[in-house]
Amino acid sequence: MMPEINNKMSQIQFRLTRYNPETDLVPYLKTYQVPVHAGMTVLDGLHYIKDNLDSTLAWRYSCRMGICGSCGMLLNGRPGLACNTQILEIAEANLAVTPLPNFGIIRDLVPDLWTMLDKHRSMKPYIVRADESEINDPSGEYFQSPEQLESYLQFSYCIKCGCCMGACPTLATDLHYLGPMPLTAAQRYNSDTRDDGRKQRNAIAGAEEGVFRCHYAGECSRVCPKGVDPAKALQLLKRHLVLDYLRLSHHAEPCKKLQGPGYGKRMKGIAPPPERTV
Amino acid sequence: MNGTKYWTWHMGASVILLFLLGFHMLIMHIGSIVHWFSPFGGEAISVKNSLFRDSSLYFTVSYVFLLAVGLYHGLYGLRTLLFELTLKPAFERVVTVFLWVLGFGLLGLGTWAAVAAHRVALPGVRG
Repeated sequence: MMPEINNKMSQIQFRLTRYNPETDLVPYLKTYQVPVHAGMTVLDGLHYIKDNLDSTLAWRYSCRMGICGSCGMLLNGRPGLACNTQILEIAEANLAVTPLPNFGIIRDLVPDLWTMLDKHRSMKPYIVRADESEINDPSGEYFQSPEQLESYLQFSYCIKCGCCMGACPTLATDLHYLGPMPLTAAQRYNSDTRDDGRKQRNAIAGAEEGVFRCHYAGECSRVCPKGVDPAKALQLLKRHLVLDYLRLSHHAEPCKKLQGPGYGKRMKGIAPPPERTV
Repeated sequence: MNGTKYWTWHMGASVILLFLLGFHMLIMHIGSIVHWFSPFGGEAISVKNSLFRDSSLYFTVSYVFLLAVGLYHGLYGLRTLLFELTLKPAFERVVTVFLWVLGFGLLGLGTWAAVAAHRVALPGVRG
């Protein structure tokens, strides 16, 4: 049960991981007393420490509104964004703030995300089509029904904060595992009817270190600050991979380009195609 | 796609295991009550009843098949556990080859035992 929030100032003891690779052999914990009022976020608390107590503290942040995904941290043992987590919602007296697990540490609370971003890049997280000239210089819009959009929409809300990667118990023991974020990206683009790169992604997602190492612990979905369900994406990806391997999947051609109103086959119950904008 | 192949066969093996092990349980436990494939009465594991089943080619083949899918399913699970220790890729390949060799070895041994029991059982039942 969440502690009740009151409007009085209270003192919260921040226990932060400190690590400077130039001077420290291993990370260590340092404690700071921070006056906290209702509505104050962990990011505000870190700013207070930096401004008033210790100017050497380093962490990563940018938008301060849960959009950029920069400030992913381990907050009292649970991965989350420092900017959209209120201190009094998760702490009564002590708050442990450490860098996301399953990553190296660059300095203090700054995780080294390159392993995640490399894996993400390997999944080709963009629309792949055979007609490359059309990708580089699109000449029109591609028709996609609301139902087709719905099949991948929630997975496109991912902000690459790394919280799911920090929470994944499989990744904690097996660093070769691709992890929930890159595999969710694979499912997002595989489900996109404008895309034709499923075979290329399947080769990576279905490899030894791919999606079949997932145990479906579901921690990734529990901690996602954007409400994305990576565990579901991974189960869907597994199903598509198996159906593709057994040649049982229904392979649809990538959707066609809109030539303008009145062209092509209209689908029932679908709003008229939009005006050409490109 | 190697992961996909292994996983698909793993899932297929689990479905087959469900039926074969279910059948095995029925014969061994409920069979002693209703005497399925235990025509001599008494326990399903009595020598006479066992020899009766061993004399059937169907049972011999199903034993070998059960062993094959059981070995595949179990060894794949073991391989998954081992791979979670973040092994080096070369060592992962060694583990895979070792488990394939071990699996085929145990399957060969089990097949030899099932066929030998079948051959022993044949004259026993006829006699």
